[in-house]
Amino acid sequence: MDVKAALFYIFSAVLLFAAFRVITARNPVHAALFLVLAFFQAAMVWMLLKAEFLAIVLVLVYVGAVMVLFLFVVMMLDINLDSIRQGFWRHFPLAATVGALIALEMAAVLMGGFGGGEPPRVVVMLGQAPGQFSNTRELGVLLYTQYLYPLEVASVILLVAIIAAIALTLRERKDSKALGASEQVRVQARDRLQLLKMAATQPAAVAAQDANAASPANTEKKA
Amino acid sequence: MTLTLGHYLSLGAMLFALSVIGIFLNRKNLIVLLMAIELMLLAVNMNFVAFSYYLGDMAGQVFVFFILTVAAAESAIGLAILVLVFRNKSNIRIDELNKLKG
Repeated sequence: MDVKAALFYIFSAVLLFAAFRVITARNPVHAALFLVLAFFQAAMVWMLLKAEFLAIVLVLVYVGAVMVLFLFVVMMLDINLDSIRQGFWRHFPLAATVGALIALEMAAVLMGGFGGGEPPRVVVMLGQAPGQFSNTRELGVLLYTQYLYPLEVASVILLVAIIAAIALTLRERKDSKALGASEQVRVQARDRLQLLKMAATQPAAVAAQDANAASPANTEKKA
Repeated sequence: MTLTLGHYLSLGAMLFALSVIGIFLNRKNLIVLLMAIELMLLAVNMNFVAFSYYLGDMAGQVFVFFILTVAAAESAIGLAILVLVFRNKSNIRIDELNKLKG
């Protein structure tokens, strides 16, 4: 057994253990941290497969961004753990049966079909010395030539995700007295102050009514 | 004993089966369900990378790149919906999300 195979078995064992702990951990924070471990082990396995760029991207994007997002959300929410864990092991026999069936059948078929020990085919690139192969460079060349339109679609998907995440969680405070900037810019002078034409003196009828209303108080004072 | 393509594909299959078990077990916890979906996508990516290496074709790695993009978008929107659910119902139990049931 060479070093590469030994490393593969170590990484696989840690990866499967971490995945098992992700789905059974009691605390969601622990589950997120074990998921970080699982992604890291997967990145190491991809290193064995000579996919260096994707391994680094998996660590940077997943461990660095997505898992931190998970941790933020888990810590932000006040989750009642006991009510969530009710009946957790009730479905375990069915789940274990289904999972073992999937794993065993797929492993049997795959080891039978692909376990023949064919050596990996080397990616052949024109105009390169054999030792000068760069995984990142080849991936970049493919992405920006042959897969240019899918790349642009992917960027649009990311833009939609940004807008959707903001639009879903944005909430205006009910008690806020802040004004919208566009309303402030668009305001006119006549919206702020309104001048009304009024007569300088009151009409005669109104003045007489006022005098009658005031007279009883005057007579009481005299008495 | 040398490593073959079957080893990597079996690892992907076991990872996928583990995340299926996770979806069965965590029927009430929306966060761990999202994590199990991430694990499933990781298993699929593992198959893509293994095939790309053993068949000598870079297209598999390009596909993994796009899957990573879509998975990141999916988890961002999923977590946003999770925050909304928690804000409206004060818990994240999935079995109580039956408002649309006729």
